[in-house]
Amino acid sequence: MRLHTLEWVVVAVVAWAAAVEWVAARAPAEAGGWVWAVVVAAVSALAMVVVADAAAADEDARRRSRLIRITVASGKGGTGKTTVAANLAYVLAQNGGDVHFVDCDVEEPNGHIFLKPDIERVRTVGVPTPEVDRELCTGCGECGEMCQYGAIAVVKKMVLTFPTLCNGCGGCALVCPEDAITEIPREIGVIEEGMAGKVRFSHGVLNVGEARAVPIIRELTRKPLGKTVIFDAPPGTSCPVVESVRSSDYTVLVTEPTPFGLNDLELAVGMMRELTKPFAVVINRADTGDDRVKDYCAKQGIHVPLEIPDSREIAEAYSRGELIAEAVQGYGEGLMKLHDFIGQELQK
Amino acid sequence: MKELVVISGKGGTGKTSVVAAFAALAGNATLADCDVDAANLHLVLNPQIQESHDFVGGKTAVIDPEGCTACGVCAELCRFDAPHDGGLDRQGMPAPYAIDAVACEGCGVCARFCPEDAIAMEETVNGQWFISETRHGPMVHARLGIAEENSGKLVSLVREISREVAADNGREVIIVDGSPGIGCPVIASLTGAKLALVVTEPTLSGLHDLQRIGELTRHFRIPTLVAVNKYDLNVDIAERAESLAREQGMEIGARIRYDAVFTQAMLHRQSVVEYTDEGAAADLRKLWDAAHGHLAEGGAQPATTGGDDQ
Repeated sequence: MRLHTLEWVVVAVVAWAAAVEWVAARAPAEAGGWVWAVVVAAVSALAMVVVADAAAADEDARRRSRLIRITVASGKGGTGKTTVAANLAYVLAQNGGDVHFVDCDVEEPNGHIFLKPDIERVRTVGVPTPEVDRELCTGCGECGEMCQYGAIAVVKKMVLTFPTLCNGCGGCALVCPEDAITEIPREIGVIEEGMAGKVRFSHGVLNVGEARAVPIIRELTRKPLGKTVIFDAPPGTSCPVVESVRSSDYTVLVTEPTPFGLNDLELAVGMMRELTKPFAVVINRADTGDDRVKDYCAKQGIHVPLEIPDSREIAEAYSRGELIAEAVQGYGEGLMKLHDFIGQELQK
Repeated sequence: MKELVVISGKGGTGKTSVVAAFAALAGNATLADCDVDAANLHLVLNPQIQESHDFVGGKTAVIDPEGCTACGVCAELCRFDAPHDGGLDRQGMPAPYAIDAVACEGCGVCARFCPEDAIAMEETVNGQWFISETRHGPMVHARLGIAEENSGKLVSLVREISREVAADNGREVIIVDGSPGIGCPVIASLTGAKLALVVTEPTLSGLHDLQRIGELTRHFRIPTLVAVNKYDLNVDIAERAESLAREQGMEIGARIRYDAVFTQAMLHRQSVVEYTDEGAAADLRKLWDAAHGHLAEGGAQPATTGGDDQ
């Protein structure tokens, strides 16, 4: 059981009162009042130190046990986002952390290539889509007027549905005066979960041909496990990325020091500021390109807690689907420092 | 009109660098940057903007605080968690609800069912689109607002405008820079195209994503070329990628070697083929010849499943 600071104070007061009584009962009658006062003061001072120390340790433990959600994102694709996210999860788990890696890039999920999880559970993700009872439908057209996505239309009193365009808002079913529309879930992808060594692993896979990734990401980010959750976001700054960033405490933007990298980093920073979420930048392949990304971060007051040098060794290990933290010396230490930095930032 | 759409599945494989090189090699093409979420082509082609327009992609619910009685029907019906209550006001009465514009998907359910008629659906500007001139021909491009939706609609719009621009200028070929992934904006940039070119890389991630993007182009019945960039990074996986591509009915365009000129050319704001004639530039010429050959063929017209999404 854990005690809150207030409860510690109560414990301290009770202990102090008990101590006073104990001393008073044993104090020799002939001793002066001043001896008695000194003993009580010493005992209470000692009690206060013990209590303060215990409360601080408790506070510390509580902070450490708090769930921390970190999103690894990038404006530009191919900057090393998945590499940073998967290796970060791996080194944290190696160092005793309870880590959950969640691959939110459901269009092109790649985290599993590096973490190689044993998938234990698979569940489908569906969005509610209208099914029309043609016996009841009078072809009034209310549903078509309601739908903003062109997913249901009435042409010559005949109702047509286009399930892939449906956003699942439920408007058609609500508006139908004949109650002729029921919503049935239509599968748009799956979520697969299991263990990758010591790392808890989840990813979503959007079915090919499906346009909307957000419902799967929403489902993925809903129930994080473990004490540190790493979300591997899709590239860009549009709705699927926003969905990942919104559900996390801290975001790491991975970029590269090229004009494309800088341009897309500026967009990603704009997104972070719009969402008012804390973030830092990791510069990957730091010794290629130029200094403009660094200058930009300095000017904007953005932290750059980690720069990863360009190396053919890393690129080749990556190409074979290996964890860089296992294959290349020093890589994992950099990521641990990044994690410590995030921890400090979140305590501020 | 012949549209060549360059896509990649996985991000950062060199798609935009390939498009920039093609723009220089084609000489008389119209260019369309459909990576509206993280557009980069303008950094190489330095477009001079001729026309600029707002993109009105969708609607957002707005609650009139005067009319709202805080009944909560909107929050109850919304599937996207957009309406939020305002707590209590100074008199201790429930304050009006408000809409979280980022969460709102513009479905209009709240507005339709508000018993007080206090919710309006207002058109929102989601971004801008531009018609520009570049040293290699006209270019249509766009910028989606930060954290905005409707990227698919904006992509469809950019393509439609680029076709008009191409027709006005008597240009046959349109080169489209697509976005990474396989979702909404990618589908919008692919449907009805004459040819897709997938730029991939010889990594297990690249291989995995090639498989999925290949399924997508087959789903939409679009003839597809594949080019493995940085192929000498891992020749073994490059060969696996090529045989996977062939098995899936795609054709091999060319191999592009791992070459620092990609970054160097980018730093000089040039396409690789303008920056040098050597190395990867030669590979890109070969790739363009293959793609151009396919576009010139009168044969296999792609099936236009799904139409133009307009």
